[in-house]
Amino acid sequence: MSESLEAEVKTNPQGDPITSLEPEQKTNPQGDPITSVAAPKIEARKDPHAEAKRQREVTPEYMFLEAPRVREFITGSESAKEAVRRSSVDLSIAYPITPQSETMQLIGVLYGEGYVKEYYRGEEEYGVMSAIAGASRAGVRCFTATAGPGTLRGIEPIASWPGHRLPAVAMFTCRVVNAPLAIQPDNIEICYLLNCGMVLFHAENQQDLFDFLMVAFVIGEKNDVTLPVGVACDGFFVTHARGYVRMQDRGLKLPAREAWRGAVPVLDAENPPARLSRDAPVQKSNFMAYNIHAVWQQEVWAAVERSRKYIDRYMGGLLTAENVEGADVLIVASGSAAAQSREAIRLCKEKGIDVGLIKIRSLRPFPIAELRPLCAKAKLIVIPEFNYVGWLAKEVAAAIFGHSKAKIVAGPHVYGGMSMPVEMIVDEVTGGLTGKRSGNVPMSAMMGDIDQAAVAHFLQNI
Amino acid sequence: MEKEKAGATQQVDERIIVPGPAGFHPPSAAQLGVSLPDPGQALMYGVLEPDEEKVMEEIARKMLTSPNATIFPGPMVLWAWNEHAVEKAKAVLEIASQVPNVLIIPMPDYRPKYPKVDPEEVINPNHPNLTIWGNKIEACIFVGVHCHYANLTLKMIRAGTNCCTIALCAEQGHEDAMLTIRDCDKAKLQRVAQVFKRVREQLGMKVPENGENVRFTGLQSKVHDGKTHTNPLSFLPSDGSVGGAGAFGHKPEHMQREA
Repeated sequence: MSESLEAEVKTNPQGDPITSLEPEQKTNPQGDPITSVAAPKIEARKDPHAEAKRQREVTPEYMFLEAPRVREFITGSESAKEAVRRSSVDLSIAYPITPQSETMQLIGVLYGEGYVKEYYRGEEEYGVMSAIAGASRAGVRCFTATAGPGTLRGIEPIASWPGHRLPAVAMFTCRVVNAPLAIQPDNIEICYLLNCGMVLFHAENQQDLFDFLMVAFVIGEKNDVTLPVGVACDGFFVTHARGYVRMQDRGLKLPAREAWRGAVPVLDAENPPARLSRDAPVQKSNFMAYNIHAVWQQEVWAAVERSRKYIDRYMGGLLTAENVEGADVLIVASGSAAAQSREAIRLCKEKGIDVGLIKIRSLRPFPIAELRPLCAKAKLIVIPEFNYVGWLAKEVAAAIFGHSKAKIVAGPHVYGGMSMPVEMIVDEVTGGLTGKRSGNVPMSAMMGDIDQAAVAHFLQNI
Repeated sequence: MEKEKAGATQQVDERIIVPGPAGFHPPSAAQLGVSLPDPGQALMYGVLEPDEEKVMEEIARKMLTSPNATIFPGPMVLWAWNEHAVEKAKAVLEIASQVPNVLIIPMPDYRPKYPKVDPEEVINPNHPNLTIWGNKIEACIFVGVHCHYANLTLKMIRAGTNCCTIALCAEQGHEDAMLTIRDCDKAKLQRVAQVFKRVREQLGMKVPENGENVRFTGLQSKVHDGKTHTNPLSFLPSDGSVGGAGAFGHKPEHMQREA
């Protein structure tokens, strides 16, 4: 978008275009409308969609790899909005449950501006996710966002998206899901999403959120993938806080979805009977082979595997590795835990300990082949997480089993709205190296090359 | 012998995806580490082959030398959705015209057939093995099938039958097929037909002079007055009508006879 074009659009203090068509009304010094004078002259009606109509379509390669970017200081929800603005989204359905972020509210602003073709509020998450399924199967590009309890309320239809081969994009701004009710950060919901069959990314910050969401539309719609893509971030830390985001010009947009290129035919909504389930209900019967559902599941996970090359192409890899060459100690983290780990690494360096960082960006597919050589020579691997169960540590341990003799510390963990003091991570690094008993991570959460006698003693005493 | 047949540098023991039966519930090709080819490449028995012409030749050899070779056209070439579909269907018939005694059995849609399927007449992704078994098919080509359903079908055939599966895909190919070519538009399908002709001549095989080399199934024979064979090129659209089975010579009276 050129500067001259932007100058035509009035904006509010947040930088969003003002779409109201009401003429300005004169007021007296007390702020009351002046009604005794002649009606103010009404200016020519401006098209609120004018800017959206001027967007120029570019290839994903240009958008992600070449287009110039400008840095702005915005919240995670705003970065999601800006990603959707550039992604040619046809439909977005909102159910703004607490503890949602303001993301879906901002998508509504995009609808007002003409960047999103259709937008409405669903009854609740089950209805939202079901409606997304119908719309995606009918061939349009869909986006929604939810969080915590909303994710779990919608998870039955979400879990059916991959089998229906629906390339919708959902943003999960993770929050506490367990009772007692809370609205605090906690990414336990990711472990429920890991095994749905969708592609799943975990954003560390506002920049990741912006980049991953745009890429998600493109990857999910590749013919050999044709799967939903979830983009998770740690709610509040990312959605509500501001960070620097480098963004392409808002006058650019991704190509529209080409539904006819999908791995399945689109729903023919014009010719009844139309039904949302794929033809036909797949049951073991006289009409189906014994393994029809089994090969269907294999196909969904094969599609997850096929997304790897596109993640490499558009995101530069399923993980990033910093300072891992020759490092005896590695921290493996995703999401906000990666951000905390960076500061912990700085503190370790002050203590004279070199620590490498592996940030997992794609949880599904999981970077197994990438992790194995990176972890092969490590002596200690620390995996901090913002949840109780340690789903990332389990993934990492399973991935590198037999390929690394490192001691794995599945922690530290914080949850239920706690923040993670970086000193907790530093303690696990120094404790892991010296053998000093950790005050934050139980022996049962240690794996790999550890003192088995100490573990036996620990287990005997719990 | 197998290596010689392949006519390529590939070693038989390198092969990953081979005719089955692979077992009760074998891993998918993706689980076995097979990845899809990039443009210009192809997959031969689960191994990337940089020269897709070699794979076309192996496809031709398999179709020309295996018992009851069959072409399974899917909805995207079976129905005249648009001019492009018609053009691709013509190219598929050109391939068929090069294979003596080839069968053409349609996959008209993806719904399971109630109350029962006639496996010798149609193939269905919910139980494709029945059609392979019913016709004792040992090599087959899938073309014009949506990728998801093609992948289901290919997995099930590999699990339960000894058929060599071939996928001519308009997109990126299929790792669960033993042989696959990607980006199959009209031009590439015609190129496949030319390779078929060349290999057939190398093998010293002839097609009938009247061009009637496609063998009818039982029902196909019934609706064509008991004829046993037909010339696939005679089914080219003749009246210019696009948008229905009539474009391929299917007439209302045929419907009555089928009933």
